[in-house]
Amino acid sequence: MTDCSQNLIDAREVVQALERAFPSAHIAWEENLSPSAQHAIVLDSEHALECAQWLKEVSPWEWDFLSNVTGVDWTDEALALQAKARIKADPSVDPESLPKEGYLEAVYHLYSIKNILGPLILRLRTANRENDVSLPSLTPVWRSAEFQEREIFDLFGIVFEGHPDMRRIMMWDDYEGHPMRKDFVDVDDYEYEPTPHDAVLKRCQERFVDPANGR
Amino acid sequence: MDEGLKSELQKAGIFTTTLNDLYNWGRGNSLWPLQFGLACCAIEMIATSMSRYDLARFGAEVFRPSPRQADLMIVSGTVTKKMAPQVVRLFKQMPSPKYVIAMGACAISGGPFKQGYNVLKGIDRYMPVDVHIPGCPPRPEALLHAIMTLQRKIAQDTLHQNRRKEEEVERIAALPVPEHGSHDLLPPKHDVLWHPEPVQRS
Repeated sequence: MTDCSQNLIDAREVVQALERAFPSAHIAWEENLSPSAQHAIVLDSEHALECAQWLKEVSPWEWDFLSNVTGVDWTDEALALQAKARIKADPSVDPESLPKEGYLEAVYHLYSIKNILGPLILRLRTANRENDVSLPSLTPVWRSAEFQEREIFDLFGIVFEGHPDMRRIMMWDDYEGHPMRKDFVDVDDYEYEPTPHDAVLKRCQERFVDPANGR
Repeated sequence: MDEGLKSELQKAGIFTTTLNDLYNWGRGNSLWPLQFGLACCAIEMIATSMSRYDLARFGAEVFRPSPRQADLMIVSGTVTKKMAPQVVRLFKQMPSPKYVIAMGACAISGGPFKQGYNVLKGIDRYMPVDVHIPGCPPRPEALLHAIMTLQRKIAQDTLHQNRRKEEEVERIAALPVPEHGSHDLLPPKHDVLWHPEPVQRS
């Protein structure tokens, strides 16, 4: 067993290699301020597919295994909070350079089984949260993305262009809305709660006349 | 027949019974559960049917893969709104008499997922449940207890009431299978079965 610390990869090296391979692509390095320090590479939608292809088949690391794909809903408020933390951590950051308008994000976790490396984290971002929510699908590169991209489409509403089968996977076909979006309003079917607490108590207080007794 | 006299006769080596008792004895001791599971409770149900807990001692070990051959439905696990119509359809397809055990917090009330967007708040909205087992998930002993409770319940049936009870269950089973609406099932409950505690909305 190799030393695990050797298996972590500096995302900046990958960014530099990508920039050399695709000079026209806009590739950013996203720092993760949390203790996990799992920094990410942000790819632009236009070049994401060819970058992914290159990462898997040409790059020296050979990212041959996609372990996980997930979605994130960045609202304007969430971005403002993040910007605050970022400026606090590093006062030299230009506030204007940080994104303000919310977007949806797909996060890909890559490993190299061949070279025992990972994780490498890719992020793809939509233009906004409302009408321009498409991203290129990476299913043609890593087949394991197929169901997970469908799940992201179902729960977050990101439309993956080039996906072989872009349908809902969890909710039924006629379901309206995307339940993991921060602004999703679920159906008001609350019933009597004998012992409301935490989030349920808050909802009871908003909706019921006698929330202390759950009604 | 008087229980005391029955006991006295038994001491003398004479065993008496009634058609009613024989009938219920047969019914209660050969329950054929429908073989399907919905979540982690199903794992406990599988454990119950295996050698350590030995469901066969109670005559309910023959899990059938077809609802046409089953008379007990063990709703073992979370019923999502997407899955609910299929579960109700299976219930409809079982021949009479049919019994239902709601196993675990989710099948009873939605459990920890009750206020979520995709979980049914209890299967008793769509079918008459005979025995509820609390737990998350309930241990195999709890399922065995539920089977014994159901057997006791069956033992109390009388021949002339049976037909009426079965017809009542069939009337409920004849209600339409719920359909998927934009966010919830339509109808969200069968009104004859489920009467939620009234709440005053502000």
